[in-house]
Amino acid sequence: MTSPSSERPLEHIRICDLTGQLAGAGATKTLAALGAEVIRVEDPVRQGRWDILRGAPPFVDKRRGVNLGGGFNNHNTEKLGVTINLRTRRGRELLKDLIRLSDVVSENFAAGVMDRLGFGWESLREISPDIIYVSHCGFGHTGPYRRYKTWGPIVQAVSGLTMTSGLPDREPAGWGYSYMDHTGAYYMAIAILMAILHRNRCGEGQWVDLACTEAGATLHGPAILDHTVNGRPMRRDGSPDSNRRNWPAMAPHGIYPARGEDRWVAIACRDDADWQACVEVIGLPWARDARFGSRETRLAERDALDTRLSAWTGEQDPYEVERRLVGAGVPAAAVRSPEERIDRDANTSAWSLFPTAAHREMGQVRVDGLGVHLSATDWSIERGAPCLGEHNERVFHGLLGLSLEEIAELGKAGVI
Amino acid sequence: MAGPLAGLRVIELAHERGALAGRLLADAGADVVLVEPPGGAPQRYHEPFADDRPGLERSLSWWHYNAGKRGVTLDLDTAEGCGLLRRLIADADVLIEGEDPGRMAGLGLDYADLEARNPRLVMVSITPFGRAAPRSGEPATDLTLAAGSGMAWMNGYDDHSLPPVRGGGNQAYHTGAHYAAMSLLAALVYRDLSGAGQHIDVNINACCNVTTESGSYAWLVSGASVFRQTGRHAAAHPTSPTQVRCSDGRFVNTGVPPRTAGEFESLRDWLLDLGLQDRFPEIVLLEMGMEREFVDPARIGVDDELTAIYAAGRDALVLIARSLPAYEFFREGQDRGFAVGIIYAPEEVMDDPHFQERGFPVSVEHPELGREIAYPGVPYRFNGSPCEVARRAPKLGEHDDEILRPLR
Repeated sequence: MTSPSSERPLEHIRICDLTGQLAGAGATKTLAALGAEVIRVEDPVRQGRWDILRGAPPFVDKRRGVNLGGGFNNHNTEKLGVTINLRTRRGRELLKDLIRLSDVVSENFAAGVMDRLGFGWESLREISPDIIYVSHCGFGHTGPYRRYKTWGPIVQAVSGLTMTSGLPDREPAGWGYSYMDHTGAYYMAIAILMAILHRNRCGEGQWVDLACTEAGATLHGPAILDHTVNGRPMRRDGSPDSNRRNWPAMAPHGIYPARGEDRWVAIACRDDADWQACVEVIGLPWARDARFGSRETRLAERDALDTRLSAWTGEQDPYEVERRLVGAGVPAAAVRSPEERIDRDANTSAWSLFPTAAHREMGQVRVDGLGVHLSATDWSIERGAPCLGEHNERVFHGLLGLSLEEIAELGKAGVI
Repeated sequence: MAGPLAGLRVIELAHERGALAGRLLADAGADVVLVEPPGGAPQRYHEPFADDRPGLERSLSWWHYNAGKRGVTLDLDTAEGCGLLRRLIADADVLIEGEDPGRMAGLGLDYADLEARNPRLVMVSITPFGRAAPRSGEPATDLTLAAGSGMAWMNGYDDHSLPPVRGGGNQAYHTGAHYAAMSLLAALVYRDLSGAGQHIDVNINACCNVTTESGSYAWLVSGASVFRQTGRHAAAHPTSPTQVRCSDGRFVNTGVPPRTAGEFESLRDWLLDLGLQDRFPEIVLLEMGMEREFVDPARIGVDDELTAIYAAGRDALVLIARSLPAYEFFREGQDRGFAVGIIYAPEEVMDDPHFQERGFPVSVEHPELGREIAYPGVPYRFNGSPCEVARRAPKLGEHDDEILRPLR
C-alpha cells in the first residue's frame, strides 16, 4: 500500500462507517481523502449490495461483479473495507469492538434501521460514551415521513430543487444527476467535523440527525423568504426561468446557442461596464442601440436582446465566444462536456483534480478529487475503493487483535 | 446549550462567494463577524427585497446568507481600515474571504502577512478558479461557473434544441462554500492537534467539477459521455421518463422501479386497490416479478423476460401517478414502500406537515419591522449542542461600537 506523501489533517480520526450510495459514502470519501481512517462495514450475506453502486456500471472492461462498480470506486477511495454479519451475535460483538475504537459512527440507512440492528443512539452511547453518531437520511429521524425512502432525485423533488431548474412554461428540467447526494454528503461531512470539534472542547459525543431534504431546502433561502416575506410563490407564470433569472438580476444572462451540434455558451453581464465591453467585442450596430444601454432597459428588453445575442453567438464556436468575452473582462463560458472539462481544462488538470487510484481488481482508475488545496496538510487519494472484505485481516487482526486462525474460523462460520 | 462551534471566532469579508460558508458556521454557534465597506456590501443591493422596496436593510438575499452574524464596517482602501482588520484577525480562528486573486496580497492581508501574528489562523480563500492555477484571473459568475464545470451540461430536456439548464439558486457558489466549510473544519480539527493554522485555496470550478456524479465517473471509468434528459439523470443511453404530470396537473418523480418480489406485490396490490387492473394488462408481468427473488439491474437488456418485468413495474407506477393527485401519489406511494417524491416549489416545504413537525421553519425576529419572519432552519439536529438561526442579519455597522472600539 502506498502512503500519502505528506501529513493529512484527519489522520488521528477513525470512523466506523456504515454508509453507502453517494449520499453517505461521499461524506466519508472526503474525510478519508483528508486522512481519516474510514473503516467501511458491509454485509457479507448480501455481498454489500445494499449499496447498489457496488456492482453497477460503468465498468472499466468486460468484467462484472460486486468489486467492479465504477461509481462505487469513485465514492469509496482511501477507505478500508470489512465484512460483518450483524445477524450473528459474534458479528454484533465485533462491531461493538470496532465502535469502541472509533471516534465516529456514520450511516445513511432509512430511519429505524440502526435501532433494528441494535445500534441506535442509546445503544451506541452505552458502547462508547463519547461516540459521535451522525445519521443521514432523506427526511430525518422524526416527523411523519421519517420512514420514507429517498434517492437523490426524490430529495431534489421534495426540497424544491427540481422545480427551480427549468425553462419557463415547461415541465421542470430538474437536475440530471444526484446533486443532493453529493451535497447531502457534504453536509454530513460538515456535521461530523463540527461534532468532533465540539468533543475536542467539551469531551462529549452526540447524535446528529441530518435530513437531506432540509439541506436541499436551505439552498433556496432567498426564494423561500420571497414567499414568507412578500407572499410571492415560485410557482407562477413564466417561473422559474433559471438560466435567465438571477439574484442579482443581469442582462444579458443566459445560455446561448453556438456553432456546431448542441453547442452552447453562457454569458453574464454583471453591470453596464460588462455590457459596454461586450458591445466592443460584438462590434455590430444593434449592440449600440440605446434601449440596451442600461441594466434597467436591458432587463426590460431582454427578449429582443437575447434574440440578437443568440444570432451573434450562433455563428461562432463556443470557445471563441468565451475567449473573446473573457479577454474583455466579461464572464462567459462554453458549456463544457465531460471530456472538455476533465481532459482539456488547464484549470482542472493543474489542480490535479482527477487523481489516479489503485484498485485491487480494477487497476489504475481516475477518480474525483477535492476542489480545494490545504497549504500545510493537503488531501490525497492514492488507494481505490476496498473490495468486499479486503481489509478484514488488517482490521480484525491488526486493530481488534484477533488471531488469524480465529479470523479464518469467523469467515467459515459466516460471521465476516 | 450552545452550538458545536461555540467559542469559535470567525472573520468574514462580505462576498457572495463566501457568505454561505460563514452562515453555516454561524448556525453552529461560531461568532462570525462580517466585515463590509462603509457604504455597505454589494450584496445588500441583491434582489429580492422585503415588500419589493429596495433598501440597504431590505435585501432578502442578504438576510438569508448573513443571519446569525455580527457586522462591522471597515474601509480597506485606507491604512486605518486595514490596520483594524489586522487586529481583528490577530485573535480570530478563521478568516473567510472571496476577494479576486491578488487583492488580499495587495492589501498586505495575505496569509503570509497574517500568520506571523496569528500562526493559529485558518484562512480560506474562495475564488472561481482557485488562486494558484491557470485561468485564476478570469471573470465568472454562478452561471458561467455552472456552464464551465459540467453542472449545466447535465440538466435540461430531451429536446436538445433547448439549451442546457443551470439549476436555480446559485448552486455553483454554494458548492464552493460547502467545500470551504468542510476543509476549514478539517483544518481546525488538525489545529486542535498541532496548534498550527494554514491557508485553504477553494476553486469553485474544481468543486463543481467533482459534484456531477456520473458526469465525471462515466468519462473517467469508461470514456462515456452522458447527455441531458428531461427531469431525470443524464445518461450515456436514453432512459425512460420518471417525471409524471398527475391528475391535478402537478408533477411527481416516480423514482426507481420495483426490483424485489415484495415491491412487485405491493405495486400489484396498489393497482388493484385503485381498480386500475383493466387499464393495465401487463399486470401479469408484475405477478411474474413476484416470483423472482430480485431483478438484477445488470441483467436488464440481456434477459428479455426480466426486461419486460422491469418495464411493467415502471409503467405501472406512471399509470398510477397519472391517476392520482400529486400529494396523494407521494404519500400513498411512500406508505406502500416506494421511493417516490412530489415536486415541490421551495416555499411549499415550509408549509408541509413533516417539516413543520420537525421544526424546520424557524421564526426570526426583525424588531425594526415589528415582524417575526419564517426562515428555513438548520438541516441537522445536534442532540448535545443544537444549532440555531440566532438572529437576523446585521444592519450596516451594527456592531462597529462593540467590536471595533476596543481595537482603536
